[in-house]
Amino acid sequence: MTTTGKATQRRTPEQDIEELLPWHAVGTLSRRDAARVEAALSADPELARRFSLVREEQGETIHLNETLGAPSGRAMEKLFAAIDADVAVHPRRAKPAARFGAWLTDTIAALSPRTLAWTATAAALAIALQAGLLVYMGQGGSGTGYETASYGDSAAAPGTQLLIGFTPEASAADITRFLEARKAQIVDGPRAGGLYKVRIAETALPQPELARALDEIKASGLVRFAGPTE
Amino acid sequence: MQTTSDQTLIARIAAGDKVAMQVLYGRHHVRVYRYLVRLTSDAGLAEDLVSEVFFDVWRQADRFEGRSQVSTWLIAIARFKALSAMRKRTEDGLDDEQAAAIEDEADDPEVAVQKKDTGALLRQCIGRLSPEHREVIDLVYYHEKSVEEVAAIMEIPENTVKTRMFYARKKLSELLKAAGVERGWP
Repeated sequence: MTTTGKATQRRTPEQDIEELLPWHAVGTLSRRDAARVEAALSADPELARRFSLVREEQGETIHLNETLGAPSGRAMEKLFAAIDADVAVHPRRAKPAARFGAWLTDTIAALSPRTLAWTATAAALAIALQAGLLVYMGQGGSGTGYETASYGDSAAAPGTQLLIGFTPEASAADITRFLEARKAQIVDGPRAGGLYKVRIAETALPQPELARALDEIKASGLVRFAGPTE
Repeated sequence: MQTTSDQTLIARIAAGDKVAMQVLYGRHHVRVYRYLVRLTSDAGLAEDLVSEVFFDVWRQADRFEGRSQVSTWLIAIARFKALSAMRKRTEDGLDDEQAAAIEDEADDPEVAVQKKDTGALLRQCIGRLSPEHREVIDLVYYHEKSVEEVAAIMEIPENTVKTRMFYARKKLSELLKAAGVERGWP
């Protein structure tokens, strides 16, 4: 460890600003610190030149990391095999919000034929309540942290995406195999109705090919719904 | 349409939703893997550890309090796993010759200078930094972690994070200078 002792030395305001440059480059400074750095950069051409060195380092660090590839499908298989084994041994107890959601679903499913006339109303109520529950669950933490551009909204990435609802019987291992066999990836969800957004191709498929892919997916026996996203 | 937040996914995972786990894995496994590769210099070990990191998330999701970003929590778990694995490897008497296996793929500094490829030279020099300097450079520039987040991940004070980054960059300039590139800083 070489820097702890140096950290305790008295620093000048210029040094303080200089140390903040890397975080200014990635946009993670507080508004106040970012304003301080911006003011210093405007007033000091030499500091601005040094900031360009920081940007250069940032670009090459990203380049270096992007060449490292990605783990093989084996890592995901191993993970979900472990999860399936864990669930078999330790069935998970849902949190209160999830238990209420399950109760609501069960209650609606148990309605007698006489009350089926009310199904449409009940279903609308369920969707509204479950949407509310999602918001409630989403507000459980801070939830307001920044999301950087490169961390990515994968749901917004190009390609061909479908909305898919898996059958209740589909295990995690089944879903993993389903995704791997089609080189597909879940990019978002679950949405209303338990649907997931799944990217099935990196490019936009022509209509006939998309129709064939949909037919094949529907015939897999693992999905209860599959359709285009829009 | 809005993307489900990581925090919502964690809440669903805590309730036993395996598909939410798929989504979280899809979003973050590549960055976690790359962090582990850089830390361990061993792609095979990194791949094994990725599974372990996300399995810990599955087991501990109900304990996530939302005080940090989920991505920061993942990196912190990954770091703990990597350091434990590397410690075990040392205790087992295995050498870690894998080091530099990744960073040495590029041209050496002299060749890079001759080719005037300063980008390649910079990458080469980043690969030659000490592990602790390389880690802080990656966390800030690639994983885009704030001072506070790096401090939480590396378990060091915030001021130490700033000075460590400063000295990592200074060392980088020294390596570049030794390879024939004068940046005029520090």
